[in-house]
Amino acid sequence: MLNLEEVKRSFFTCLWFMFLTFPIMVIKVDTIDETVDWRWERILWVGAGSFVLSLIWRYLIRRKELGGKEIEAGDEDTPSKFQELVRKSGFYYPILIAAGIFVLIFPQVFSMYQTNIMNTALIYVVVGLGLNIVVGLAGLLDLGYVAFYAVGAYSYALLNMHFGLNFWFALPLGGLLGFLFGIILGFPVLRLRGDYLAIVTLGFGEIIRLVLENWNAFSKGPSGIASIPRPGFFGMEFSINQSIDYMYYLMVALVIFTIFVVRRLQDSRIGRAWIALREDEIACQAMGIDKTRTKLTAFALGATWAGMAGVMFAAKTTFINPASFTIWESIIILCVVVLGGMGSIVGVICGALILILLPEYLRALSEYRMLIFGVVLVCMMVFRPGGIVSSVRRVYKFEKEDG
Amino acid sequence: MEAILDVTGLTMDFGGLRALDALDLDVRSQEIVALIGPNGAGKTTFFNCITGIYKPTKGDVLIRPPAGGGELRINGLKPNQVTERGMARTFQNIRLFQNMTVLENVMIGRHCRMHAGITGAVMRNAATRAEEKQVVRDSYAILEKIGLQQYVNDFAKNLPYGAQRRLEIARAMATEPFLLLLDEPAAGMNAQETKELDELILKIRAEEHISILLIEHDMKLVMSLSDRIFVMDYGRRIAQGAPEEIRNNPEVVKAYLGEEDTEDAVEA
Repeated sequence: MLNLEEVKRSFFTCLWFMFLTFPIMVIKVDTIDETVDWRWERILWVGAGSFVLSLIWRYLIRRKELGGKEIEAGDEDTPSKFQELVRKSGFYYPILIAAGIFVLIFPQVFSMYQTNIMNTALIYVVVGLGLNIVVGLAGLLDLGYVAFYAVGAYSYALLNMHFGLNFWFALPLGGLLGFLFGIILGFPVLRLRGDYLAIVTLGFGEIIRLVLENWNAFSKGPSGIASIPRPGFFGMEFSINQSIDYMYYLMVALVIFTIFVVRRLQDSRIGRAWIALREDEIACQAMGIDKTRTKLTAFALGATWAGMAGVMFAAKTTFINPASFTIWESIIILCVVVLGGMGSIVGVICGALILILLPEYLRALSEYRMLIFGVVLVCMMVFRPGGIVSSVRRVYKFEKEDG
Repeated sequence: MEAILDVTGLTMDFGGLRALDALDLDVRSQEIVALIGPNGAGKTTFFNCITGIYKPTKGDVLIRPPAGGGELRINGLKPNQVTERGMARTFQNIRLFQNMTVLENVMIGRHCRMHAGITGAVMRNAATRAEEKQVVRDSYAILEKIGLQQYVNDFAKNLPYGAQRRLEIARAMATEPFLLLLDEPAAGMNAQETKELDELILKIRAEEHISILLIEHDMKLVMSLSDRIFVMDYGRRIAQGAPEEIRNNPEVVKAYLGEEDTEDAVEA
């Protein structure tokens, strides 16, 4: 099972780690008593740990390489065994119904704190599905997606502050503004591809945040906007608990709506055009697809969901400031899409739930949160680049014609 | 007979490099025209110029669709606009949509002949649904004509090489062109596959009434298929005419075909 070469390599890795971490782990300087404490046993732990981990890593890599052809970029569409099982066995509908029931009774069973966390996760689901259109379907690497999220949130906050606009009007308006901003931000980047597109969109994300932070007269700057009203129900007053439950059901409705629309878009003329654009831009143009229009549509439709989710976010937290819309948010949303499975709706939902809920439930390990995050990302990308749930193309049925 | 594609004085400069030099070419309705020449002569550049990927420095590219619409100058139009007007192409290096199924690749070809927009996609009204059904039927019919229907739900990247080349042709045909531009369709094919390609191209011309302009290096295929041949070298046309004339043209032989006793592929 283990060959000598791997063991030797792991041994050297372990020595190297021991050497590297020697100053940090072993030497402890006590400035108060002016002594130096040599903690030699730590180096042994580092050595043993790194040796074992290195062996495991090499074993997994070897298994992956033997297990099939090299995974090239784009060669990610093998559904996992779990996916196959769920789809083929008769369990599909019962699982769906069970999930539906669980979703419905969630706030009754769990505490207000848990429901609030779930609300956050659901907002990320919507945002992830929106980014999925841009990155997963159309293949446009957008690192500044948080800009549209900010547009949605601030539009509700500002319109409410200045004109007393009600939540229910702000929601579609947020979507519409997101759509418009998607087009505006899409125009300058039409000719860019790949890395350049990523950098320019990253720039746009930062521009929006800096404008919000510095244009005090317009957006109240870093102090943000507070007292944003929660969504009402025919003017009824809600307690905090009821309000959060209400928000939860609203979010679930929005998620279902998003899934419905994104599914339809994916399986339509536009959806196919986006995928063709992702696969090969020149060939797609040569086949009669207007590249400009398709890209703008992707940006605009993707941004719509971010706008609506932004309105929800503002209503949920009742206070927004530019610090919530940094590039780090963009990266998290991108991770949600990539980890979950680009182009796959179920994958993005799983990605959002895992990436948002897991840190919350692992609060005990909160010191190591970023470390775990990084390790998970690296492992996912090495062993399963297609994401948790990879997208599956639709299969068309044809009757065999006899004669 | 009037030419359906009329290129006059086409010149393409890349900085100081003149890739095409006052090139003239025409294709008449229902013709199969071959464009041959050594590598680097500018044949693919020519295709790129007339399909809108490059904007030519000088010259005129005129099309006269047999279905009507008079004479159109297509210089400087974007590639998708050229395809909408009825000229479709295949690529020298296969440019299929690898992670889409064979059927979907052909359905992409139908994109420019469909009308559904965002509202249609989301609402799925009756018109959109009918259009989608029709597109699936039409695409499958094209696959049957080309002989690829057994691969219908396979990913394009998993197809054997010859099938991928034919899929490119099927995809181009789905755009309902009046003129099909084939860029080295027989590259990498063995004798049997080339023979099948020969029959396929003739079938396309006969049944779909599509004219063909092809770039090819396989002389046997060129001589057997073409009605007329244009020969290029260093961006210029050095000869044109029927296959027999070209075969015996000394300039062509010197530049491209090679001496008689070493080139036995030229023998009919």
